[in-house]
Amino acid sequence: MTHSTSASTTSTYVPDLGKPTGATAVSPGGGPRRPALRRVRDWFAAFVFTVPALALFGMLVLLPMGYAFYVSFFNWGGFGSPTDSVGFDNYTRLFHDPVFLGDLWRGFLLIAFSLVLQLPFALAMAVLLNQRLRGRAVYRMLFFAPYILSEVITGVLFSMIFAPGDGLADKILGAVGLDGLGGLWFAGQNTVLPTLFLVMTWKYFGFHMMLYLAGLQGIPAELHEAARIDGAGSWQRFRHVTLPLLAPTLRISVFLSVIGAIQLFDLVWVISAGGPDHHSETMVISMFQYGFKRYQMGYASAISVAMFLISLVFALAYQRFVLRRDTEGAITTMRANR
Amino acid sequence: MSAVVKSTVGDNTVPKNTVPKSVVRRRRLRTLPVYVTLWLVGAVMVTPLLYALVSGFKSTDQLSSNTFGLPHPWVTSNYTSLLGSGPFWRSVGSSTLIAVATALLTVGASALAAYALARFAFRGREVLFTVFTMGLMFPFAVAILPLFILLRTFGLLDNPWGVILPQAAFGLPMTIVILRGFFREIPGELEEAATLDGCSPFGFFWRILLPLARPALGTVSVLAIVGSWNNFLLPLLVFSEPTWWTVPVGIQQFQGQYASDLARIFAYLVLAMAPALAFYAVAERQLIGGITLGATKG
Repeated sequence: MTHSTSASTTSTYVPDLGKPTGATAVSPGGGPRRPALRRVRDWFAAFVFTVPALALFGMLVLLPMGYAFYVSFFNWGGFGSPTDSVGFDNYTRLFHDPVFLGDLWRGFLLIAFSLVLQLPFALAMAVLLNQRLRGRAVYRMLFFAPYILSEVITGVLFSMIFAPGDGLADKILGAVGLDGLGGLWFAGQNTVLPTLFLVMTWKYFGFHMMLYLAGLQGIPAELHEAARIDGAGSWQRFRHVTLPLLAPTLRISVFLSVIGAIQLFDLVWVISAGGPDHHSETMVISMFQYGFKRYQMGYASAISVAMFLISLVFALAYQRFVLRRDTEGAITTMRANR
Repeated sequence: MSAVVKSTVGDNTVPKNTVPKSVVRRRRLRTLPVYVTLWLVGAVMVTPLLYALVSGFKSTDQLSSNTFGLPHPWVTSNYTSLLGSGPFWRSVGSSTLIAVATALLTVGASALAAYALARFAFRGREVLFTVFTMGLMFPFAVAILPLFILLRTFGLLDNPWGVILPQAAFGLPMTIVILRGFFREIPGELEEAATLDGCSPFGFFWRILLPLARPALGTVSVLAIVGSWNNFLLPLLVFSEPTWWTVPVGIQQFQGQYASDLARIFAYLVLAMAPALAFYAVAERQLIGGITLGATKG
C-alpha cells in the first residue's frame, strides 16, 4: 500500500468509478470535493475489502519471492537459517553450469519449434474451423479437450504410448512397415526433445486455436466480402485481411507460448524427469533437482531468480516493443468477444 | 437449366434450393480436403484417449499381443478394483475438497479486492492494482522453494491448507483482473440508488454487485477449480504422506508402484480423466470463455 500518489490522481480517476457513493452521489457530476469524513470512510472500506487479498498475496507470493532473492546470496542446505553468505557466487556459477546453459538452449529450441510449427498449425485449424462445416463444434471441443487434462495424466499416458518397442507408437509404425522410424522416443538423447514437442503440440495447440477462433470471430465478414469482390483469392484474403486483423491475438498467443515454455515443468518431470542425461531438462527441473534433491537451496534460488528475471525482461520488452502499438486493437477485440 | 427447373417446379422452391447440382458437387469436392484434414487431426487427437480407454479393459499380456484389436476377453477387473479401492476415492475426495476450497477462497478474496479496486477512489489504488497484475508474471515455480520453507515453518506440510492457501494466492491476479473489469461496467446509478435506499458499501457488494456478476463469478470459479485439480508441483512437495494425495500425485505414485501392470495404469488414467472431461462437457462455455478472456486480459 503506497499513499504517495498525489491527490490529483485520485480525482482524475473519479469519473470512471461510477459515481462516488453517499452525499456527493445526490449531485452527479457535482463538485469533485468530497467531505473529509466520507473520504476517510471510503478509504477505510476499501482497505477492509482489500485486506484478505493483500494478506494472501503478500504472505504467499511477495514474501517467498523476496526470500528467494535473499537466499540466492547464500550457500544454504535448507535447514536452520542461511548464514554462509557467498555474494554473487551463485549467479556467476550459473554462467559456467553446462546444465543451466543447456536449459536455456533447450528452452530456446522449444520456443522456436512452437513458433514455427505449433502456432501456425493452430492457426490453420482455427481458419478451417471458422467456416461453416458439418461437425465443427465436435472438432473444436475435441481439439481443445487435451488442454483440460492435467499434465500428469498426459505425461503418464504418452510415456506409455511412446514406450520403446511395446508402446502404441512403435506398434503402429511396425504395422505400416516403418519400424526404422520408431525407436527410443523419450529414452533417446536426440529424440527426447522432438517427442516431447509432439506431446506438447497435442496438448496445447487447441488452446491457441481457441484464442485464434475468438479473434477470427471479431473480424467483420464484410471485409472478406469486399476483398472477394475486389478479386482477392483465398490466400490473398488470408494474407491481407485475416492475418493483419488477427495480429493482436497472434502476439498474445506468442507471448503466452514463450512464457509457458520458460515455466515448463510438470509434463517433463513425469515423462523423463529431465533425462536422459539432462537432454530434456528445463530451468524449473534444474531448480527442483538442485533444491529438493541436492539441497543446494542457495543455487536453486539463484536459478529461480534468473528465471523470474528472464520472464520479466521478456514480458517488459514484449510489452514495450510488440504489444504496445496494438493495445487499442486488443481492447476492441476483447470487447467484441465478451 | 436452372431456369427450366425454376419455371416448372414453381415458386415454392426456396432460393437456396435453386443452386445447381454441379455447383453443389464442385463445392463438395472443394471442401473434401478440409474434411479429410480435420478427420485426420481428429483421429490423432482422439487415438491416445481411446487407446487408454480400451487398454484398461485388457490384461497386460493382451496389451502387447493384441495392441490394436478390441479386448478379448474384456477384463473389467482393472476398473472395478480401482473403483472399489480406498486410495483412489481418497485422492478424488481430496482433489475435490482442495479445488472447491481454493475456488471459494480465490474468488471470495478477489471479489472483495476487485470491488474496492473498481468502485472506490482511494490513494494508491492504481499502484495496488499494478502490484496485483505484476503477479500474473510470477510463475508458481519461481517461488516454490521459499514457499516450501515457509509452509514448513508454519507446520502446513501434509496439511490441505498448505496447498489451498498458496493456490488461492497465486490465483488472485488473474481473478482480480477479470472481476475488476466486470465490476467497472455495472452502472454507477445502481450504486447511487442503493445508497439512497440506505445500503452500506458491503450491502451493495453482497446484495447487488455479486448477483449481477454471476456469469463472471462462474467463469473465474471454473478456472480456479480446473487449475487446482490439475496442479502437481505443490501437492507433490507438500504431501509426503498418502493421506492427502491429490489425483495427479496419486497417478504418479501409482505408476511407480504398478510399473509392470500397464493395463491397470491405463484404467487409472481413464478414471482420473473422467471427472475433468465431464466437467469440461458441463462447463464448456465458462471454461473456454474464461481461458480466452483471461489470456487476452493478462
